[in-house]
Amino acid sequence: MSKKILLSHGGGGEETQSLIKELFFKHFDNEILLRMEDAASLVMESKKIAFTTDSFTVTPLFFNGGNIGKLAIAGTVNDLVMMGAKPRYLTCSFMIEEGFAYDSLEQIVIAMRDEMTKSGVKIVAGDTKVVPKGGVDGLFINTSGIGEIVYEGISAHHLKEGNVILVSNEVGNHGACILAKREEIELESELKTDCASLWKPVEALIHAGIKVNALRDATRGGLSAVLNEWAETSEICIEVDEAKIPVASEVKGVCELLGFEPYEFANEGTMVLCVEKGEEDKALAILRTFVETQKASIIGIVSEKYKGKVVLNTPWGSKRFLEPPKGELLPRIC
Amino acid sequence: MPEVDLIEGFRDPAHMKALAQVIAKECVSKINIMEVCGGHTHTIMKFGLSQILPDNIEFVHGPGCPVCIMPKERIDHAIALASMPNTILATLGDMIRVPGSQTSLQKLRAEGKDIRSLYSPLDVIKIAKENPDKHVIFFAIGFETTTPMTSVIIEQVTEQKLSNLYFHINHVTVPEAVDAIMSGGDAKIDAFLGPSHVSVITGYKIYEPIAQKYGTPVVVSGFEPTDVMESVLRIVRQINAKKSFVDNEYARAVSREGNLKAQALNDKYLEKRSHFRWRGIGDIPYSALKLRDEYAHLDAEVVFKTLLPTVELNDHKSCICGSILKGLAKPFDCKVFGKACTPTSPMGSCMVSSEGACSAYFKYGKLSQKGGMV
Repeated sequence: MSKKILLSHGGGGEETQSLIKELFFKHFDNEILLRMEDAASLVMESKKIAFTTDSFTVTPLFFNGGNIGKLAIAGTVNDLVMMGAKPRYLTCSFMIEEGFAYDSLEQIVIAMRDEMTKSGVKIVAGDTKVVPKGGVDGLFINTSGIGEIVYEGISAHHLKEGNVILVSNEVGNHGACILAKREEIELESELKTDCASLWKPVEALIHAGIKVNALRDATRGGLSAVLNEWAETSEICIEVDEAKIPVASEVKGVCELLGFEPYEFANEGTMVLCVEKGEEDKALAILRTFVETQKASIIGIVSEKYKGKVVLNTPWGSKRFLEPPKGELLPRIC
Repeated sequence: MPEVDLIEGFRDPAHMKALAQVIAKECVSKINIMEVCGGHTHTIMKFGLSQILPDNIEFVHGPGCPVCIMPKERIDHAIALASMPNTILATLGDMIRVPGSQTSLQKLRAEGKDIRSLYSPLDVIKIAKENPDKHVIFFAIGFETTTPMTSVIIEQVTEQKLSNLYFHINHVTVPEAVDAIMSGGDAKIDAFLGPSHVSVITGYKIYEPIAQKYGTPVVVSGFEPTDVMESVLRIVRQINAKKSFVDNEYARAVSREGNLKAQALNDKYLEKRSHFRWRGIGDIPYSALKLRDEYAHLDAEVVFKTLLPTVELNDHKSCICGSILKGLAKPFDCKVFGKACTPTSPMGSCMVSSEGACSAYFKYGKLSQKGGMV
């Protein structure tokens, strides 16, 4: 029989030690972690630090193009990156359901290790809990991260008339991929999550001196939530052209079938950028050199037309407000 | 199989603009077009079709959303059934969001009752098999489009002799509802956009009596924006020629006779109900279906009769859903629209489902009624 995680793996005794050493230390190997102190002792060069935390619960745990482990790294890394911070250190807590397959856990841990190499971030402290069957749904992961702020002035308050809005990738891939995989929907598709760490492309933008006023990864609530929050916070209007927003045809298909909007679907490696007018073409050219942002597109502008609102222009001359997402996503009936 | 594009070609900007120009040129009179189906309401609002059509074309949003037309007392039925011990209640889509007199299925689910929102109705068979010691109740909703799926489930239950699955049937039919709206005499409707997927099942023949009786053109239309634009053009041309017949724009899926196999299956298990109350409209005789008497042992309304409330419940008196459904008022005319009545706390039928007229106006229509600011 395949090896399972038992309650004793979280008991603090010998089994816990062997799980930590044979699995976590093996893959997350670094000097600070291996020192095994009660807390990690860190040296940072910058005085300005970004600090964030996120918990990851997703069903299913494995999906096309990633798993919960990859999400747990990319998610927290991106939260740091969106503040203009270079991701440095992470902590990581696992909450594991008794009976969870050891092999699956190792696959998840390997995905975390691989994702960390993309931004150079390290896990320097961690915790493992095993809870009785039914206590969690398979596995929950929490990661917290700190990074050094290398670019200042990014804020949802900083959008100004004339600024240009870009999106770094197709929108809706992660949400549609997870939805298609859900047991109750079971759609066959080739859809892959967009899950990715965005430090490299953002670092390149910073090095090139691009003036970025706002930056946000479009996670839950999707593109629509980010644009609406910006419009409201900065008291400006964001006008986007529907035809310029990249959406994969499979995502359009899923949306048409179930009655959803791709702009409301979650993303895990797609960001929205607001740059100074005149910088957009340079920013676009830089983004397109990275695999994770090669489908970037300039989608709209900041205006003062309808303050606090997002306007979606159709290619045939009509327009509507893009309302922020609300309530539970439920498929339409017919 | 070659890949067929069913989206982009039907949203081609050049095609859309060309259709808008031809319609503007040919339309010479004021035309009120009722789209019966909630799917069309959505297309019209989402793609901003009113904004590119001439001012004398007005859309009237009909009673074509199965969630919106469900009277509160029947939602209370679902709540009573889901509250029974040892019971799983399964239904479709956003039915679970709609409040009855006290609570909604969604809230009841949060309190720990087992309520499932299905995408594929057939999943209810699997649920019943996996839970042999529980009552499983399928709260069946929808127009003619979803009825055959319920009939297939009934057939499988009968064949597989499943003894724990019951049906609460709320399937309704389009022609009777349209007739109820038109026969009052006060509805201001000159033509109809015929539903897309209902017609796939029933065939477009079911609208022939309406076109004849009320002298209104009916054009069965697909759901994509160019479908609706093309159908509007066909309506304009019928009206200019003073004709009123049933035309079929959605020929890639709809025939005159429809899906005969599905119709036979429905007929085998289901029959017309003499009365069914529509939320916002009231009683429409013979506008809904129920299980035939020989399947009464599967009918939750029969088996659990003593548990089901019987009081009829109307919407709040500020609600003008009835007038909206008849084309006498628009969502923006309602005093509570967007204020006391929103998609997250709906007061009236048209706001409750994403397919309802008020909900579509709330989501898509605030920027423009015919292009202007609200």
